Amino acid sequence: MTESRLTDAQRVVVTGLGATTPLGGDVATTWAAMLAGQSGVKVLTEDWVETLPVHIGAPVAVDPSEVLPRPLIKRSDRSGQFAIIAAREAWADAGAPELEPERIGVVIASGIGGVTTLLDAYDTLKERGARRVLPMTVPMLMPNGPAALVGLELVARAGVHTPVSACSSGAEAIAYAVDMIRTGRADIVAAGGTEAAIHPLPLAGFAAMQALSTRNDEPERASRPYDKGRDGFVLGEGAGVLVLETLEHALARGATIYGEIAGAGITSDAHHMAQPDPVGAGATRAMGMALRAAGATASDVVHINAHATSTPVGDVAEAEAIRNALGDAVNGVCVSGTKSMTGHLLGAAGAVETIATLLALRDRKAPATTNLEDPDDDVHLDVVRGEPRALPDGELLALNNSFGFGGHNVALAVRSV
Amino acid sequence: MAASEQEILAGLAEIVNEETGIDTGDVQPEKSFTDDLDIDSLSMMTIVVNAEEKFGVRIPDDDVKGLSTVGDAVSYIAKASA
Repeated sequence: MTESRLTDAQRVVVTGLGATTPLGGDVATTWAAMLAGQSGVKVLTEDWVETLPVHIGAPVAVDPSEVLPRPLIKRSDRSGQFAIIAAREAWADAGAPELEPERIGVVIASGIGGVTTLLDAYDTLKERGARRVLPMTVPMLMPNGPAALVGLELVARAGVHTPVSACSSGAEAIAYAVDMIRTGRADIVAAGGTEAAIHPLPLAGFAAMQALSTRNDEPERASRPYDKGRDGFVLGEGAGVLVLETLEHALARGATIYGEIAGAGITSDAHHMAQPDPVGAGATRAMGMALRAAGATASDVVHINAHATSTPVGDVAEAEAIRNALGDAVNGVCVSGTKSMTGHLLGAAGAVETIATLLALRDRKAPATTNLEDPDDDVHLDVVRGEPRALPDGELLALNNSFGFGGHNVALAVRSV
Repeated sequence: MAASEQEILAGLAEIVNEETGIDTGDVQPEKSFTDDLDIDSLSMMTIVVNAEEKFGVRIPDDDVKGLSTVGDAVSYIAKASA
């Protein structure tokens, strides 16, 4: 393993994790379900479902109304509710650090923002007039709403930010948080992503792009990255939040350290609004940048939590990008596509999957990609199937990939401790 | 038939509780929305919109400024719905 070139005051580590996902209402439940190969995908029961070509989705396992007080539910978009749940868990997990509010930052990304609030309020406007549109509508629908809610919750005054880069938003938030800490703007940052877009309009839009699986009769088998039978992603919802600080800061306060965000690479394709670059050039560069930032080389990588959404084009393009980024070293790397179980959490995906990457390194277990029954001949990767794969002892490096419509590519290099 | 002031108070207390979490028992006629119940202007407008819906009345924005206590609101709604 190549040594980090950074000092303890520059290395950024993770000391708290929080999540609410289709697999569980917290990190422990989500991770246990992931290792067990469970699915969070189901047939949606809302009455509008029959009007759409897609009848399946991956709603959160624990509805926010079960864990948050009613006034907060009424005053926040569902995406804000998820963010609060995940941030509370992460902050408590980090030991509820006590420091000046001016040194606490928040970066909570979203791909789409408060879309259900916006669309429901528009229904109210059309059906019942302007007087019935509630005054909290705008604060609830704005994409920075969840970040601001978490900022209020943690009393964070070092800056509250919301990167928006579609399905790479959550990973970009973590990269931004690392920069905030390294440039001295904050000592601790709660960073991640949230998304709550299971509503007929986003579903209809994604379906119109032919981006969604229509395997309506077999919901649990619908998300199948790298499988020949894959036919699109499954729309999920949820949030993931990580607490980040320098290694020096974490050691000084005796915090439990999950691992290090050793490097980040962010690039853009400038190729097409929604199609990935067919050879994944931007994705390849992002992975290379993340490794260089980590002071590592391709041969250090043991595991990749891939973007792997289960779309026919995207999975192959990413596989090609991974091979190009790692060269011959790809043969020693096991790849997991955890969206096979969670569905695609859009702006939360990068955060939830970074949590999965950290836990895979901690527990030395890479989760299996479920539903991979007939591997695509064009995917030349060692994809974990069947059972979780044991990872070796010692200091390990992994990558987490996230890509988004608009040509956004984010790779995070995660190092075990 | 118009609701009695007691029914209006109970209905208003429910709306305040839904929006703010304040106990319905604390929503008493002599309480000031801002000074006693700590209700901000956005929540106040939400309460007004919900009260209009519930009691079938219209409370113009200019009149909302005059409703400083819970009792003021109850009397206003009683008069408007009479």
